[in-house]
Parts: sequence; C-alpha cells; structure tokens
Amino acid sequence: MAEISIKDVCKSYGRTQILHGVDLNFRAGEFVVILGPSGCGKSTLLRMIAGLEEITGGEISIDGVVVNELEPRDRGCSMVFQNYALYPHMNVAANIGYALKVAGVPRAERTRRIVETARIVGLEELLDRKPAELSGGQRQRVAMGRAIIREPKVFLFDEPLSNLDAKLRVQMRVEIRRLHKRLSATSVFVTHDQVEAMTLADKLIVMNKGNVEQVGTPLEIYQRPRTRFVGSFIGSPAMNFFDSTVAPGGDFVLLDGIRLAIDPALGGDNAGSAVSAGIRPEHCRLVAAGTASSVPATVDFVEELGSGRIVHVEIDGRDFAVAMDEGQLVEAGTTVGLQLPAAHIHLFSLQTGLRLDDVPAVKRTIKTTVAA
Amino acid sequence: MNKRAVFKSWWLPILFAFPQLLLILFFFYWPATSVLTWAFSLEPAFGGVGERLFVGWDNFRDVFADTEYWQSVSLSLFFAFSATALSMFVAFVLAICVDRQLKGSGLFRFFYIWPYAIAAPAVGLAFRFIFAPESGLIAVVNTWSPDLWNPAKFGSHAMVLVIICFAWKWIGYNFIFMTAGLQSIPRSLIEASSMDGSGPVRRALDLQIPLLAPTLFFLLVLNLTESFVGPDTYGIVDLTTEGGPNKATNVMVYRIVSEAFRGLNYSGAAAQSLILIALIMVFTFIQFRYVERRVHYK
Amino acid sequence: MIERTPVLNAVTYFIMCLGLLVILGPFWMIFAASTQSLAQVNAVPFNFTPGADFLHNLQEAWHRANLGPALLNSLITSLLVMTGKIVLAALSAFAIVYFRSPLRHVFFWMVFLTLMLPLEVRVIPTYNIAADVFEPVRWLIQTLTGIELSLQWNLLNSYSGLVLPLIATATGTFLYRQFYMTLPDELAEAAKMDGARPLRFFIDILLPLSRTNMLALATIMFVYAWNQYLWPKLMTTEVDYQTAMVAMRTLVPSVNSLPEWNISMAGALIIMAPPLIVVAVLQRWFIRGLVSAEK
Repeated sequence: MAEISIKDVCKSYGRTQILHGVDLNFRAGEFVVILGPSGCGKSTLLRMIAGLEEITGGEISIDGVVVNELEPRDRGCSMVFQNYALYPHMNVAANIGYALKVAGVPRAERTRRIVETARIVGLEELLDRKPAELSGGQRQRVAMGRAIIREPKVFLFDEPLSNLDAKLRVQMRVEIRRLHKRLSATSVFVTHDQVEAMTLADKLIVMNKGNVEQVGTPLEIYQRPRTRFVGSFIGSPAMNFFDSTVAPGGDFVLLDGIRLAIDPALGGDNAGSAVSAGIRPEHCRLVAAGTASSVPATVDFVEELGSGRIVHVEIDGRDFAVAMDEGQLVEAGTTVGLQLPAAHIHLFSLQTGLRLDDVPAVKRTIKTTVAA
Repeated sequence: MNKRAVFKSWWLPILFAFPQLLLILFFFYWPATSVLTWAFSLEPAFGGVGERLFVGWDNFRDVFADTEYWQSVSLSLFFAFSATALSMFVAFVLAICVDRQLKGSGLFRFFYIWPYAIAAPAVGLAFRFIFAPESGLIAVVNTWSPDLWNPAKFGSHAMVLVIICFAWKWIGYNFIFMTAGLQSIPRSLIEASSMDGSGPVRRALDLQIPLLAPTLFFLLVLNLTESFVGPDTYGIVDLTTEGGPNKATNVMVYRIVSEAFRGLNYSGAAAQSLILIALIMVFTFIQFRYVERRVHYK
Repeated sequence: MIERTPVLNAVTYFIMCLGLLVILGPFWMIFAASTQSLAQVNAVPFNFTPGADFLHNLQEAWHRANLGPALLNSLITSLLVMTGKIVLAALSAFAIVYFRSPLRHVFFWMVFLTLMLPLEVRVIPTYNIAADVFEPVRWLIQTLTGIELSLQWNLLNSYSGLVLPLIATATGTFLYRQFYMTLPDELAEAAKMDGARPLRFFIDILLPLSRTNMLALATIMFVYAWNQYLWPKLMTTEVDYQTAMVAMRTLVPSVNSLPEWNISMAGALIIMAPPLIVVAVLQRWFIRGLVSAEK
C-alpha cells in the first residue's frame, strides 16, 4: 500500500505537449480509475508512474519518495499491459515467476509463490502451457498473476480489458475488483470505457487533452459533471445538450418556446452569457402531448434494448434521446410531450465549458415553465 | 524508426558493439584507408622498401590512359549486362510459371533454387567441363566442323561461357525474390482482374509485371553490382578462363585482384579499386533512392 | 488458378520442365561424369548414363585434392564464421535498437558502409593487416606517445586468419535489427517492470525469441562461408589450412593429356554437397534468411 502524489507533472515529445501540469493525489489502497478518450494522455500518465516514460516536468512520488529518476524496478509498481506482453517462449509458470527469478528468489520459494499466485488467479491447471495455447481471458489472468506475485505497493493497469470480448470483460471486471479487495494495494486503472470506470473506481479521474477535467467518486461525477466535456463523456446514451443564452433579466434560459427558471443568484451573475444546458436521457420524461409543462415533440425512431428503450424525439429539428422503462411504449411518428425536470438540468458556460454553479456551491432552484 | 522502450546504460551498448566495431576497423576501414593512400601515392612494389611518394591524381591518369583498362571496362559492362539480362529473364519466366500454382509446381520451385547453393568456383569448374571443346555437352559441334566452339581459343566463346556460368548461378537467387514478389501481390487483385475478363497472359502484362517492378528493379541493380564487382565473378573467371584467352575475359574485378596480387602495379590497382568503390556507391545510392531497399552483399 | 485453360497449363508445364532441364542438367552431367571412366567421360557426344567408376573417382579426387583435411578445414571455418556472425549480429543490433546513444547512428552507418568495401577492392591491404594485425595499434601508439612497440600477430595460415576477417556482418546486423524492431515494445517494458536489466532481457527474452531468426541466418551464413574462395586462397599457402573451395583448383585437369574430368567432377560433387544439402533440406529457412535480409 502506498500513496501516490503527482505534482504539476508535464510531458512533451519535442514541441508537442501531451500533459499540461497534472496535480493528483491517490490515497493508499485506493482504486483509482483514469478515464478519457484516446490521446488524452491517460496512458502516458500511467507509464510515467511506472517509470516507462521520462517525466518532462513536475514530480511524482510514491510513498513520499520522489521517483522521477528511479528505474521501473525500483519503484515497487507492477503493471498489466493492454496486449498482456507475455513472454511468448515461456510457459505460464515461468511468465508469472520471471520477476522472482530476476530478483534471485530461490527456486523452492519461487515455485511455492507461483503455485499460490496461480491459485489466486485461477491458473493452477495451466502452468505448463505457453501463452499461444491460452485463450484471451487466460492470458489476461497470467498478466495479472505476473503483476501480483511481486506483492507490489502499486498496481498499474493499462486498458487491460479492451482486448477481451464483452462478456469476458464484465467477468474480469468483477475479478479485478475482488482481487483489489483481497490485496488492497493502491491500484491505478486506465480505460476509455466509462462503464469499466464507473464500476471499478473508488476515485474517478476524467482527463481530456492532457488536462484533468474532474476528480471525484463515480457518483459525484455522474451527478455533478464539472465541465461540459465530463457531462458528455460520462453516461450512456450521452447527455442531451442545447445551447442558449441566459436572459437579460438573468432568471431564465430559453429553449425555443421553453422557459427554464434558474437560480436568480446564478442567473444574475451570468446574465446575457451563452450557456450549454445538458440533461441526461434517463432524466427526460415523455408524457402525453399537451400535458402541462411539457414541450411538444415528434417521435423520430426507437432503439430497443429489451430492458428498456431509447426514444429519439425531435424538437425543431433537434434530436433528443429519452431513456424509457420496459413498460412504456411509443411509436415512431406520434406526437408526444417532453418534460425536462429542472433538478436534472446542468448548465455549462459555452465559453469555458465549466459548470456555472461549480465554484460557489449554490443550492439550485430551477423551475421549468412553458411559455404560452 | 525507433523503439519506444529503450534501456539506460552507456557502457552496455558500447560493450556490445565493440567486437563488430573492432573487426570492421581492422579488416575494413584500415585496409580501405590504405587503398586510399596508395591510390594517391607511388608505392614500392610488393615487398619492396622505399619512401611513399604523394603523386595526386597521377595514378588515375595512368589508369585512364591505359587502353587495356578501357578494354577491361567494356568487357565488364558487356559481361554484367548480358549475365544480368539472361539470368533475370530465365528466372522471371520460371517465376511466372510457378506462380500459376499448378499441381506439382512446388517441386519445380524446390529445384529452381539449387544453383544459388553452388559456389562460383564450383560452377566455373563444372561448366568448364560441360562447355569444354573436346568433351562434355557441346563438344559434339566440333565434330561437325573443327573449332566451331572453343572457349580456350576464342575470346567471344570464353565470354559466353562466363556469362552462362554467372547467369545460371544467379537464376536461383532471382527466382527466390521474384516468386516472393509475385506472392505478395494480393490474390484479390488477380481475381478482380479475371472478373474484369482478362486472361492469364494479359494479367501477367497488366498486373504482375507492373506490381513486380520494384522487385525487378531491385534485382536489376543487385545483379549488375554483383556481376561487376562481386566475388562470384572473380571465382567463375578464375576457374574457367583466368581472364583469357588473350585477356578476352579480363573483367575489372579479376584484373584488379590478379594485378594487385602479382604485385605488379600496387598504386594502379588501388586507383582502380577506388573507382570500383565509387561505382558501388552509385549503385547503392540508386538502390536507396529508387527502391528504398538495401543492397545485398554479405 | 482461377480459370481452366488446358492449353496454357500445358505450355506452363513445358516451360517449367525446360527450366528443370536447365537447372538440373548440369547437376546430372556432373554426377554422370563422376561415375565414368576416363575414356567414357571424354566420349563425344557425351554419354548421359552413369558408369561404374563412381567410388574409384571419388577416392582418386579425395587423394588428389587432399579433400579430407580440406573438408575439415572448410567445416571448421564455416561453423566458426557462421556462429561468429550470428553472435556479432545479435549483439550489434541490440546496441543499435535498444539504446538511445547518439553514437548508435555512427555505428550503424559504419557497419552499413562495409557493404561498399568488398574484399575484391581491398585485397592487398587486407592481406597485409592479416599478416600483421597489430600494425594499426603500433601506429596509433607511436603517433600518440612516440613509443615503438614490437607487438606482432600474424594470421596467415591459421584458423583465426580464415575466420576473423569474414565475421563482420552488415547483413546479419540488419536482419537482427529487423527482427528486434518487429517485437512489441511492451515486451521490453514488461521485462523492465519485472526488474530485468538490459543484459538479462537480452539473454532471457531476446535470444530465445530469436531462434528462428538465428536458424535463417545460420543457413545463409553457412552457405556463404563454405563458398568463400578468394580470401582463403590468398591467405593460405600451407596445405594444412587449405579449404575445400581452394583445393578445387587442384582438380582443374591439365591440358597436356586427356583431361580427367571424371575425377574433377567427382571432387566438385563432394565439395559442393554440404551447402547444397543445407539449401535443399533447410530451404524454408534459407529463403526466409535471404528475403528478410533485404528488407
């Protein structure tokens, strides 16, 4: 178990800067997930913790020790790679035990620990196989076994599940979580899959274009995305957005005919500024056309999920996704009413992308009314 | 192209590079430097003692003024182009045939590669027998009319003999690369063109030859270089004609080696060597510039 | 192939058989001649059926060209050259690929440039340095310090002399470099995470993984080394160190009497057999080595 602290860490290759001053702190034993689209710098950050990338600027310390100049072997981290990076010419036992062999652990001790590790990751039967004779899931387990046998202070996972098929991915997700509970080493897990991120993380970090967008628990991030990017990136199907302007009076934004009353304090500060308002499909409601405080909309098409459905409705040529429960039925082409509950509307500045009420934690009092 | 994952150590790469570095410094660069200094100075003959005298371009002037040298150059050119053309033509026809993948073509392919395994001197000795004027395969023509074929006597016959030797040996090598090149043409392209209604001959002309062009060009330059300065040329000439009769097969590479080693003309040989090195560099440059592949000597 | 074209197929087979005749014809003539008696082999037209003197001719060639020791010399030097080249190639390519010193470019180009310095154009100076290996060292020390040393090492007529000047290998280095480049970066990274230092990574991971590469390189280098002619011819004046390829010269029949081609061909057959066997038996590896050395 170890704390990791990352202070103003930068990374550039020649002139292109990949990371722009990242500050993060991971508590000992925490399961940290770094989430972001490809190219956001998340893997680079992980590889810098591991010691596989040079640190251009700033400082990374593990357990209070600055590791910038330390070789990977001296940092006490182990890593699971995306393509597993198993040694193709060694069997499972040799793969798992290689780190111990390098460290000069006596053979008997080594064998004991290999067997023990193999039991933890469920590979006892396969110790003599070569990687080429294993399935994807089994290779994944070997990679994990190789990481845990050293009893490292820190586990690093670089998109380890992305090469697995969907079903296996869910299963391995559960196993990783269980393993973490058992070993309780600080774990840093990089992924671009938000479901993986939400389900695994104690602490979730969302990155974009070399910057940290938000740090928090999965629920915090889901409920109060700090930036428009985080709002759009987290949640499936993605959040609906519409651009608007805070009215001169400062008490409402307009979506065509819809008036949304917002907190006067918040609105007043931002009067006249352009905003992006977002609402999650699962928070929109479809009601019978003409129902009070609903917007008339036309059903465009329906995506069937079995457990529910996603209805795409159209308002003034704009597409809105609405998640519906199993019971409800709608048909394409009908006219319905769309309700947007005020409590679930997120407002982001169109200029900065920041949440309007981010800095002052104002209790929001937003009401929706429909203009006559 | 660079690796992302590299190691940090200043002494290990030096230690690893050291043996090869030592060998190339001793056996390549030191001798090459000698060639360079000799070419521009007058060296006492082999084994002799005396001061080395810097003479500038004099040695080159002497070489260029020598009609025998120019004869050797033209012989080399003729040899190189004929041997290359013959070898590549035969290999190409065979490669196209084998690439049709008829039943049993694997067996043909197996044998077509054999000539490359045979050392040039062995090829020379064998063909010296096969094409001997008094026995072997061709001798029979001399029973129709004496001296219809006699490489020991006629320069042109001797030249034909060494060309055949070189071409035969290099069929194997050219064949390997041509079949590899043909195989790398996607099957779907061939299928598409046959869907377009083209027959096998059309396809060879319109599809396979253009797509094989980089391979053919690469082989062309390589064959020319090898026949010009390669060890095979030396080995073949040494075992068949020894440059004769009457210097009719005294190609550049054979001339340099024999002249230098008889200790006749040290500085002249060095100057000729430099010219050959320059030629190789030109060939290599062409190879790099136009095929982006490396010349292959070993 | 795609369509049925019986006529074209027949033409193809005809050409391929003709090709086979061109390729295997000489082999057959060498063999047939080596089985015939002196009179038979000089018959005009040539008689393609084998005679009964095969063993006798082999024995005669064996004695005349002193093939026993010559073949042994060839075998020893070929194996040494082959091994040396593989080791050197693996080491050099590792230094070039897995480290980021600016010197690696210098080294790479120095190795590359040796391709433009074939033995034929540096015969005499190479011979000279083989006769006196420490000449550059003495020269260097004398220019630097003024001290004259009497250090000497003569490679002529020795296995070291047959082997050392042939071991440097640009082709092998490129082949190994190519191989290392195809390995995923994660392999080295995983080894780093497992605590392996570069030497350990080289021995535990790279060498075992390059086994097929080694075999391919071994086949082409064995053939190359066995077929060396000019260098061993130059630097061996003693029969004890003659290789088979050099011994072949003694098999050229004299012009004064009826040429003993049967003996010559028997000898040639023995001398060319080893590389031919390598190419025929290990053809897959041989082709792989040749083709990938070009990339």
